Amino acid sequence: MPQITYRQAVKEALAEEIERDPNVFVMGEEVAQYNGAYKVTEGLWEKFGDKRLVDAPISEAGFVGLGIGASMLGLRPVMEFMFWSFCYVAFDQLLNNGSFCRYMSGGLMNVPIVVRGPANGGTNVGATHSHTPENLCANHPGIKVVCPSNAADAKGLMKTAIRDNDPVFVMENTLLYGQKWEVPEEEYLIPMGKANILKEGKDISLIAHGRAAITAMEAAEKLAEEYDINAEVLDLRSIRPLDVEAILETVKKTNRVVYVEENKPFASVGSQIISIIQEEAFDYLDAPIKRVSSIDSPQIYSMPLEKLQIPDADRVIKKVLEIC
Amino acid sequence: MTAKKKSAKTTNKAERWQDVNVSDLAKLEINQRLSAEEKVRLFTDMVRIRRFEGRSLRAYQQGKIGGFLHLYEGQEAVAVGTVSLLGSDDHVITAYRDHGHALAVGMSMNECMAEMFGKHTGCSKGKGGSMHFFAPDKNYWGGHGIVGGQIPLGTGIAFALKYKDIKGCCLAYMGDGAVNQGAVHEAYNLAGLWNLPVVFVIENNAYSMGTSQARSSAYPECLAQRAEAYGMDWDTVNGNILYDVRAKTSEAIKRAHEESRPTVLEIFTYRYRGHSVADANAEKYRSKDEISDYKENKDPITLLRKQLIAEGVLTEEQAKEINKTATDEAEASFEFADKSPFPPAETILEDTYWSTDNKGQDEQIDELNQGRFIFEDGGILDK
Repeated sequence: MPQITYRQAVKEALAEEIERDPNVFVMGEEVAQYNGAYKVTEGLWEKFGDKRLVDAPISEAGFVGLGIGASMLGLRPVMEFMFWSFCYVAFDQLLNNGSFCRYMSGGLMNVPIVVRGPANGGTNVGATHSHTPENLCANHPGIKVVCPSNAADAKGLMKTAIRDNDPVFVMENTLLYGQKWEVPEEEYLIPMGKANILKEGKDISLIAHGRAAITAMEAAEKLAEEYDINAEVLDLRSIRPLDVEAILETVKKTNRVVYVEENKPFASVGSQIISIIQEEAFDYLDAPIKRVSSIDSPQIYSMPLEKLQIPDADRVIKKVLEIC
Repeated sequence: MTAKKKSAKTTNKAERWQDVNVSDLAKLEINQRLSAEEKVRLFTDMVRIRRFEGRSLRAYQQGKIGGFLHLYEGQEAVAVGTVSLLGSDDHVITAYRDHGHALAVGMSMNECMAEMFGKHTGCSKGKGGSMHFFAPDKNYWGGHGIVGGQIPLGTGIAFALKYKDIKGCCLAYMGDGAVNQGAVHEAYNLAGLWNLPVVFVIENNAYSMGTSQARSSAYPECLAQRAEAYGMDWDTVNGNILYDVRAKTSEAIKRAHEESRPTVLEIFTYRYRGHSVADANAEKYRSKDEISDYKENKDPITLLRKQLIAEGVLTEEQAKEINKTATDEAEASFEFADKSPFPPAETILEDTYWSTDNKGQDEQIDELNQGRFIFEDGGILDK
């Protein structure tokens, strides 16, 4: 299987879906002529032209709202946020119009829109550009949220998102764009709500989403080498819908859990997962559930400190050792 | 307010709506083409809105309708006049004062009244309420609660029409209070930049809730003039005169259809009731005399009745009969809503996701939508 970058995988998904369905178009800041701020759409404008790759002005509320309106008439817009950190100026459009219009119309309409872009810290750009809004968005019934942790998932989930009839928010990661993974050559789709066991284990479950799944894998390898602890790593892939079955299964298998995420801890995705586990698998737990999230302050600019702020393998191991 | 810069041309345009002459307007082709029956139907639609709103108000006072109730009384010529020009590829989206537009596009009094009662027979099955009526089958896309939030959506509907190469347009309505929202300006820019077939209709009823235009908006001559900043055409319209609404709106629709160009129309109108029914401090921002003056001298239904009688297409008796029929229809909608059942509890969870509502319809979509969607069902799903 060939190895391609996360960036290339997303681009292939967009190109394949643009070719498949004339209603699919990509809109965002710098996506067309400039080739994408992170080069995710590089070459697509030359190939597909102005109609399918649309450069939007810096006007997130305007163009996201426009995409939602267009989707009501059956178009399938893929709207790019240069950073998900910019979603807040479009929150009314995303949440009131994107998320609730179907409900408020009693199911008379739907909003088949994809909103995608990177949602991560760790790039030395300060608090305003380092948001991880997956928990905020998933708090709104009507929206689907996926956080692919690798290139193969990014491609398969993106294609699924574009074909879906509900609004899907895809949260990518700039730190992963340049990394390579094996990606199948033939066409494939990855379901939402289906978690992925990255590593089987029996002593503890490291459950994670997004890039934190990679951190969890690093921790699992060290735990095996240095502490003889055999950790299972479960990558959620999709926040909402959520693969609760897979979560409960791994808990029942290992009886110990550390949740790993780059979300800030208060009312985070991890909080929700832990709540479900204690409610539905309490008797299977042999220890309190621990979690590792970003340190609870606005994202710091200073590079060495930001590295401390985002979870790394050592912080995960420390938590594991508290309960193993 | 900013300093007022007077130039002969724009002053004329900003104020010309005040000097329109009904008999001149009646001679315009766009109004000439209406048959006697069509004119009476438009009059009837305006009366129906007036009677429906009156019955809604009493239902609210009787405790049958909760929440907010933004009534359209006084503004009827705007919705009826603009909608009367639309073809099968033209679309409508508006804000929360949405009852008039809903009836004008052909939604029934029953489904609208029942929606406000929160009943299962309502147009949105009791999930939207007064501010959120929808009828996509009639190209009516709501009914939106956040001031100005619907304007990017309407611009997107116009974008979709252009993308699909359909000769149509979208009328995107807002109140005068919406013009200072960022989303409106962003949509203006996109419409001007991309030549979208949209007509932005500012229904200027003089007050954004309790704040007059003069106390809320910076403008040289009128709100519609802001269109110039985005390279759009604009005009001002007398919202009390149905023929003027039709005349100016038809030009804007033609511009959208023929040239794919947007327009901003500022239609001067007036609301008789409070911003919402609960408008406790009404006397702080306007006088009773002001309201009486509009009702006695500028009422759009009275003006149209007089005009149609003068034209010989309507008689006083017919007008009375129309009024009685509309009153009865509104009363019947009250009875319908009152007798209708509330939605069953399990419907709280329905209509959230297309994929869960349509489970079992499409194998591939089911396969791609696994896992849990609902995290608290309140025990409803146990039953």
